[in-house]
Amino acid sequence: MTPDAVPFLPRGVRVHWCDVRKGHYLLAPERAVKMDKVAAAILGTVDGARTFEQVIDKLATDFRAPREEIARDAAAFLSGLIDKRMVEIRL
Amino acid sequence: MAEVPVPMAMLAELTHRCPLSCPYCSNPLELVQAKAELGTGEWIDVFRQAAAMGVLHVHLSGGEPASRRDLEELTSGARQAGLYTNLITSGVGLTERRFHDLVDRGLDHVQLSIQGVDAATANRLGGYKRGFEQKMKVADWIRASGVPLTVNAVMHRQNLDRLDETIAMAVRLGARRLEVANTQYHGWAYRNRFALMPTPEQVRRGGEIVAEARERLKGVMVIDYVTPDHLATYPKPCMGGWARVGLCVTPLGKVLPCHAAETITTLDFDNVRDRPLTEIWTHGDAFTRYRGTAWMAGSDGPCNGCDRASRDWGGCRCQAFAWNGDAATADPACAKAPTHARMRAAAEAEAARASDAFEYRTMRAS
Repeated sequence: MTPDAVPFLPRGVRVHWCDVRKGHYLLAPERAVKMDKVAAAILGTVDGARTFEQVIDKLATDFRAPREEIARDAAAFLSGLIDKRMVEIRL
Repeated sequence: MAEVPVPMAMLAELTHRCPLSCPYCSNPLELVQAKAELGTGEWIDVFRQAAAMGVLHVHLSGGEPASRRDLEELTSGARQAGLYTNLITSGVGLTERRFHDLVDRGLDHVQLSIQGVDAATANRLGGYKRGFEQKMKVADWIRASGVPLTVNAVMHRQNLDRLDETIAMAVRLGARRLEVANTQYHGWAYRNRFALMPTPEQVRRGGEIVAEARERLKGVMVIDYVTPDHLATYPKPCMGGWARVGLCVTPLGKVLPCHAAETITTLDFDNVRDRPLTEIWTHGDAFTRYRGTAWMAGSDGPCNGCDRASRDWGGCRCQAFAWNGDAATADPACAKAPTHARMRAAAEAEAARASDAFEYRTMRAS
């Protein structure tokens, strides 16, 4: 994931609040992934406008956490979703 | 009573009508006539009830769902209920205008079936002239709309040797997912097993092709593949476990724990016309009968005390009933099941048949 790549949720992938389970779910074709706090925070920052670098900046500020650690976690999380075609990137 | 999980997905079989007549159709042998189908309002009410009980995905299926003139309204109804809305279609019955209307109404995903990689093969299997040509057009519309496409390829002896071409075709059509769906031998497929059962060698080679393609196509296309039951050592957790993850509503409004559950002739099924969906899911006899592992304790089969019991939930109840005459027994797909060797031997004998002649699905089962 390069710093100026812009991650976004493609059509057919969306975040859904399930009132019965009281949790956020990432819905995609044949997949429903329960999102923990970290996942929800990362995807909450992925808005199709921010670059990967800006996503990291915002998360590092919001969580007052070391930037390298955030970058590593976010890259691993987003790469996993990219492999599954649940996140795409614009360069 | 076993702990009642919150269901994830509902299969809505809107109709059994279909212009195609695939010999492995997953609909029952006795098909429901149009006039007996649930109406628009009834289906939309079912969608609302499903969403309220925690269902996340709805699969609008059939038969061919586009055979319903109210598919547009039903799509809006499902989406407005808050469900992730998937259309499972052959593509026949859709027009470009109709498809765009569905997209505007919030359709989330399309699963398009293909019967073969060339027109002659596909149209012969589907029993419908120009079906293949229509599918190619529909795939173009889907790709242009940006709505995710899953290609569903039902595999059997007559097309497994062309699996690599099938994968290449799904990539070319712009699919984000490919389901390599090995035929499940219930209903119509069971009737046609002599023409469809793959050889062990075909299945082994298929597994290798998928493994290689999965690696090569990371980030391009996801491939789902499950080994056919008769060549497995352990059963798959069919339906994610009976009455644990999903439910199916038939065109008549019957609520089933699995779309093939009506083959278990000892079960009675509740209808959404008589009882609220959540009550059927929680307390309905067909759902509580084999939910969890309690039913295993009453059997003297290998499931009782098995350390895999809550991993595969004893496999497929329908297959257990078909082979053992009792659904509260081990799926013959399991190596520990007494009927395992007999099922495998039968499949191998069927696979060795030379004839590819089959019987098409028809509205009037003989």
